[in-house]
Amino acid sequence: MLQTRDFSHYVKDVDGRVAHLDLAVEGVHCASCMAKIERGLQSIPDVTLARVNLTDRRLAVEWTKDSTLEPGQFIDRLAELGYKAYPYEPVRAEVEEAERSKYLLRCLGVAVFATMNVMMLSVPVWYGGDLSPEARDFFHWLSALVALPCAAYAGQPFFQSAFRALKAKSVNMDVPITIGIALALGMSLVETINHAEHAYFDAAVMLIAFLLAGRFLDQKMRQKTRAVAGNLAALKAETATKFVGPDEIAEVPIAAVRSGDIVLLRPGERCAVDGTVVDGRSEIDQSLITGETLHVPAERGTQVYAGTLNISGTLRVRVAAAAEGTLLSEITRLLDHALQARSHYVQLADRASRLYAPVVHAAALLTIIGWVLAGASWHDAIVIGIAVLIITCPCALGLAIPAVQTVASGAMFRAGVLLNAGDAIERAAAVDTVVFDKTGTLTLPELDVVNAGSVPPDVFELAGRLALASHHPVAAAVARAAQAKSPLQGVVEEPGRGVRAEFGGEELRLGSPEFCGADAEANQILSEDPEVSVVAFSRGEQRVVFAVRQLLRPDAAKTIDALRNRGIAVELLSGDREPAVRHAADALGVGVWRAAVTPSEKIAHIEALKKQGRTVMMVGDGMNDAPSLAAAHVSMSPISATHLSQATADLVFLGKELAPVLAAVDYSRKAMAVMRENLGLAVGYNMLAVPIAISGYATPLIAALAMSGSSLLVMLNAMRARRVRRGGARWK
Amino acid sequence: MEVMVILVPLALGLGLLGLGAFLWSLKSGQYEDLDGAAWRAIADDDPPLPPPAKSPADQRG
Repeated sequence: MLQTRDFSHYVKDVDGRVAHLDLAVEGVHCASCMAKIERGLQSIPDVTLARVNLTDRRLAVEWTKDSTLEPGQFIDRLAELGYKAYPYEPVRAEVEEAERSKYLLRCLGVAVFATMNVMMLSVPVWYGGDLSPEARDFFHWLSALVALPCAAYAGQPFFQSAFRALKAKSVNMDVPITIGIALALGMSLVETINHAEHAYFDAAVMLIAFLLAGRFLDQKMRQKTRAVAGNLAALKAETATKFVGPDEIAEVPIAAVRSGDIVLLRPGERCAVDGTVVDGRSEIDQSLITGETLHVPAERGTQVYAGTLNISGTLRVRVAAAAEGTLLSEITRLLDHALQARSHYVQLADRASRLYAPVVHAAALLTIIGWVLAGASWHDAIVIGIAVLIITCPCALGLAIPAVQTVASGAMFRAGVLLNAGDAIERAAAVDTVVFDKTGTLTLPELDVVNAGSVPPDVFELAGRLALASHHPVAAAVARAAQAKSPLQGVVEEPGRGVRAEFGGEELRLGSPEFCGADAEANQILSEDPEVSVVAFSRGEQRVVFAVRQLLRPDAAKTIDALRNRGIAVELLSGDREPAVRHAADALGVGVWRAAVTPSEKIAHIEALKKQGRTVMMVGDGMNDAPSLAAAHVSMSPISATHLSQATADLVFLGKELAPVLAAVDYSRKAMAVMRENLGLAVGYNMLAVPIAISGYATPLIAALAMSGSSLLVMLNAMRARRVRRGGARWK
Repeated sequence: MEVMVILVPLALGLGLLGLGAFLWSLKSGQYEDLDGAAWRAIADDDPPLPPPAKSPADQRG
């Protein structure tokens, strides 16, 4: 069969003459990698640009369109240089995030410029000395000239957000901010016209600059998460082998597969589409979808879903049309429902603003009334009232949370945890119950050889080298466990039975126990542990049977123990059969477990826990877990999880260990504690200045000091979220 | 005090220049890969490249 690769879907046209391709590249981490890749690609004739972005681990390639270059060649060239690369298409959300953070940075630049220059004009006014009233007016007018246009431009993120909130008849943090900025600027302008002593242009622009810094940090964190998630999607190599002619196949990206297409699914491949088998016979592993680890037979008419692993034979699958009534549509429906239920969660800063805005506005109003009753003129009373608003403006409040989130997400990233949702830290900190899925979550996603110790090393090595020739997942596990690198020559595959080869005058066989004549040994292993899969190996008269199963993550027991030490209840909910779940629960010492649970039963269980007043974290990887991930207060998925689960999960963890789950909880708790301190500091610091403002002594100098002092304080305090005290299990 | 008439606009002008430079650097994408920029500055001379296995034209299909 002729096979081609067709990545033309990803190629973008720049200006009619130049083609552009974005690739996600694995394993780039230093300057020499960048130089190697860039020069390696630029040495190809007709390539006009090759530039690595180390932050996002991506590569942009451009070449002239009238050349014969094809995207596949770049991927081959990168493979020669030692890098795995996949075509990458940024999702719309990611492009928007990047645009937004660029916009915020532009606003921040303008606001910082305005702050510095207005400050330069304000310091002489504060100092007073022999400054004549004319010179003071001149400085105030210059300040107005700089501050007003800059505030109008740089304040837009707040004005727009406040306007949207008011239009929707709600209040967010930006409403009091906008009111504060507008009043401060308006009053300063009026005071300048009236040749008055105090103008608050500096306070207003400084407020905008500090708040924008907080917004930018927040945005940057979200953008980074998106980039990581986007790369993951590309690196998962979502391609399918599609029939483009009766006997011709092409490897195409999933986005280019239409319903009705026929795709080829070879042994050892994961299905990337939903569909029905039209030809072929095989066994399939649906564990990612249902949690069930037992293989099921597939033949003409069997439904397969994205994430299904094909075990033994080659299948042809017709891609399903709108899959109404299938498992996937059911899961999607449950997912939508669960996601809606959670969107009612209000972010901490907005919750604070609901309390904050009425209190401050009432305080300002009372100040004005108080001064009028005490005999002051309306003008003076209003000026003092606005000074109260400026002093209490939530400048540090806007920095208090994003600064901690940035520091904590960096620390979590180093511990192997990626944040998918902006408010995940807040929610993870409150967790008191963790519900684990078994397959792929508590266990490693790949199979492993259990009885490696009882096999002679030379036999193990030979079996591993022979296993390299087979696509069967169980054989692949043997090859991996033996760390085999060099495949044997002249290996013959007997479909459905195994592989054989000649080696040193003896015949080697690897495959079913029957194929190798090792039924007795295999039955003995199966009688001891009926849950394992077996694969036999024979060399002449020598027979060895390997027992293969999904092993628990190496530190699973330790991590679960450590979670319990922190007062967190641990439960196990699995779609797998009872014996397998019981085995895992016993090994880990988890008392509360349920087996053979359907997706809707999982949700029901989580809802029941929530009704009892528990805050639930769900950790799962399968497609069947996605709805329960969305239903839980906070959710986590391993990096090996299905697309759907990973997109739903608030946190994603990397690596073979389970410790990141513990790290996520610890860092979140610490971050939340620091956030609370920061809110306290910010409010407390500004409150100290309130009596001064109410009594009418809040000069612009005091307002500026209160603002920069409290902002600095919360930034420094945020650094503390970097470290947590370790106990129980360790993480990197 | 007359000197202020020169100095203040001069200071503002310098500030504007700085702002202009920042906006230009932002627009030309200099903040898009901060990690990469840090490494590029200290990159060694070109490391040797493995030769292409085949000429690009042969690699089709």
